[in-house]
Amino acid sequence: MPKVNGASLLRGLIGTAGLLVVLEAAGRLGAWDTERLPLVSTVLLRAGELLTDPEFLVSARSSLTTWALALLVTIAIAVPAGLLLGMVKPAEVAVRPLIEFLRPIPSVALIPLVILLYSETTHMRITVAVYAALWPVLINTIYGVRDVDPLAKETLRSFGFGPGSVAYRVVLPGAAPFIATGIRLAASVAIVLVVTSELIAGGIEGIGVYITIAQSGNRLDLMIGATILVGLFGILVNALLVAGENRLFRWHRARAGAAT
Amino acid sequence: MRRATSGVLRFWIVPVTLVLWELLTRMTESPFFPPPSRIVGQFYDMWLSGPVSQLLLTDSALDTFGPSLGRLLAGWTIAGVLGIALGVALGRIRGLAEYTDPVLQFLRALPPPLLVPIFFVLFKIGTPTQLAVIVFGVIWPVLVNTTDGVRAVDKGFLETARVFQFSRYDILRRVILPSAMPKIFAGLRLSLSLALILMVVSELVGSNSGIGYSLLYAQQSYDYAGVWAHIVLLGVLGLLFNALFLVAEGRVLSWHANARRNV
Amino acid sequence: MLELVDLSHTYGSYRAIDRVNLKVAQGEVVCIVGPSGCGKSTLLRSIAGLIKPTGGTVLLDGKPVDGSPENLAVVFQDYSRSLYPWMSALANVGLPLRRRGLDRKRRDAAAMAALEQVGLAGAAAKFPWEMSGGMQQRVSIARALAYQPKLLLMDEPFGSVDAQTREELEDLTLRVCAHHGMTILLITHDVDESVYVGDRVVVLSKAPGTVVGDLTVQLPGPRDQIHTRELDAFVRLRAEVGRLVRGMTPHRNGVETR
Ligand SMILES: Nc1ncnc2c1ncn2[C@@H]1O[C@H](COP(=O)(O)OP(=O)(O)O)[C@@H](O)[C@H]1O
Ligand SMILES: [Mg+2]
Repeated sequence: MPKVNGASLLRGLIGTAGLLVVLEAAGRLGAWDTERLPLVSTVLLRAGELLTDPEFLVSARSSLTTWALALLVTIAIAVPAGLLLGMVKPAEVAVRPLIEFLRPIPSVALIPLVILLYSETTHMRITVAVYAALWPVLINTIYGVRDVDPLAKETLRSFGFGPGSVAYRVVLPGAAPFIATGIRLAASVAIVLVVTSELIAGGIEGIGVYITIAQSGNRLDLMIGATILVGLFGILVNALLVAGENRLFRWHRARAGAAT
Repeated sequence: MRRATSGVLRFWIVPVTLVLWELLTRMTESPFFPPPSRIVGQFYDMWLSGPVSQLLLTDSALDTFGPSLGRLLAGWTIAGVLGIALGVALGRIRGLAEYTDPVLQFLRALPPPLLVPIFFVLFKIGTPTQLAVIVFGVIWPVLVNTTDGVRAVDKGFLETARVFQFSRYDILRRVILPSAMPKIFAGLRLSLSLALILMVVSELVGSNSGIGYSLLYAQQSYDYAGVWAHIVLLGVLGLLFNALFLVAEGRVLSWHANARRNV
Repeated sequence: MLELVDLSHTYGSYRAIDRVNLKVAQGEVVCIVGPSGCGKSTLLRSIAGLIKPTGGTVLLDGKPVDGSPENLAVVFQDYSRSLYPWMSALANVGLPLRRRGLDRKRRDAAAMAALEQVGLAGAAAKFPWEMSGGMQQRVSIARALAYQPKLLLMDEPFGSVDAQTREELEDLTLRVCAHHGMTILLITHDVDESVYVGDRVVVLSKAPGTVVGDLTVQLPGPRDQIHTRELDAFVRLRAEVGRLVRGMTPHRNGVETR
């Protein structure tokens, strides 16, 4: 990605504005039937209105809660598991084939099964999201643990610290930058899977459900507007997490930079 | 020989898990968790009990896999070609990336499954919609990796090309693309696994053919072993595609692996 | 055939070379020697059109150079960044010939002939990463030969190979280039090498580089790694060039200075 500075930001703005203007003009000049596919301005307006539309907000809150819970569950499972597998090499060697068999299974394929298992839709959505979001955190944690300076571990051990203590004092902080990257990836994956499971499995609340309802009324303006908001939310979350990583792990980047 | 056995031994956990799973499911007798032997049996009956002339695939397998895999491969190919072309343009045309960056970042952040209903309203149910979803969803890894790879071409390689007055086409075809190929392949591989996911999504949300549709059908007829068999099938397909891709990559990029090893 | 007039280049505010003047005649082998960082590569890159000098002109056959001139080849020091690792030696050597409008068969034949000249006929199908540094640099030389340039630029071409290979490559360069009648500009920081290889040695000062000496090398007989280096004339020249490179005033002890 290009470096962000004043000039490139300006160019980005020009490019974006230019595209919007062209699309709007094309729509107004009759490039397509705006009864079916609304104008850019209509869609953007609708996206803005959705932010104050109570019906949408109920759905958004539901999706947000599901997403946050899914991310928490993911972290609670994948980080300890990753630490364990990263520190105990034989365990990792043993489990690796299972991981490699399970990972390619598309999480969405579980939806029809999971629907049958849970009566509570939130649980079902969380399960589906966790199954997909688990992998980046798990793999990054294992990788991060590997990356921890063995000397630091040895030093603590030689002072008589037990494995739990070593894990907490050296391995966890050492692997933290990698874990953070994994969590950031998981956050994006979880957004997609929460709305996808809402879309596929239905329910009463959730942005996916909202879009399905809008679809039955052929309301493309609402569908696209809601989709835009989900996209912007994804960008926002990603940006926040990147900023957090940069703040927290400046030392890590300095070291990585020094190594090259 | 020794390596082969240790390779097999590495996988001991798989049979152990299967046996445990079999025992557990037989003990609990939950309808939702049929024993793996039943799942495999179902898998076999549905798809693998066909004539030798069809590689043992049943008619039902051909009817189900055909449309799915066709869409998957077509979507992936289109996305690959488009992604490489756009990535080269973004990487080589000065300024272009800066002007388009926010729009691309935004498009990339849209969850592709949400586009399924939108495209349905626009194009109605059918292959074009599913292709559009797959292409839109899987183009990004190729695009981003191509842009990066094309930007990172060693200056020495380009200077040599300039000194010997390579044509623009030769610079692109014989220098920039091969040099970016390892990155492009990494992107293509990620895209392939995403394409499988989006194929399923597009078939689950609304379709009347393919693996996703068949999975939905099994679910609606409370055929739990059938549902599981579909999940297994998708996992196997994922593994298979990945393995095939790695073989192809190993052939095309043998210079890369070797060049790195020898440095 | 090559003429540099007041050639200067500054990187930002850093002056790398300062008003370099030089004339090279057809068929001459000229070595440019100077301490590290004095702007030798900058000079070569200006001639090759890889950078646009900030001052002065480069004339090739009387015409000012703009962009990369035709009929010019370069052998870079860093062969690993100049040979393409995704191509065999034969393909690397043949690739520039596409521009010459030769068909595949002719290209391969020309590339093969060039590889034979550098003693690599048997390694045509090998990839760069399957070869030693010396072999790779031979491929680079073969690529330049096959291209049949009028002017060959070499930037510390033997700087990354071991001493023995270096001597072999020096002799190889002298031999094949005499055979082709090419004009060569070879850049080196090695005083010994400059005297051994060159018909003329041009000495650049410390940065910013400018010409401080231009000596004609007159050594009897064909050059030979052992005998030539023992000759009194060789030893004297080498000392002279060495002094110039170190920025001392030259002794005019019988060496002809232009
Ligand atoms: N692209 C560049 N930008 C800024 N400074 C450079 C660049 N290339 C070379 N230099 C500087 O110019 C000086 C001469 O470099 P160079 O021509 O490579 O010297 P030489 O080949 O004689 O060792 C050096 O001090 C180097 O640091
Ligand atoms: Mg240099």
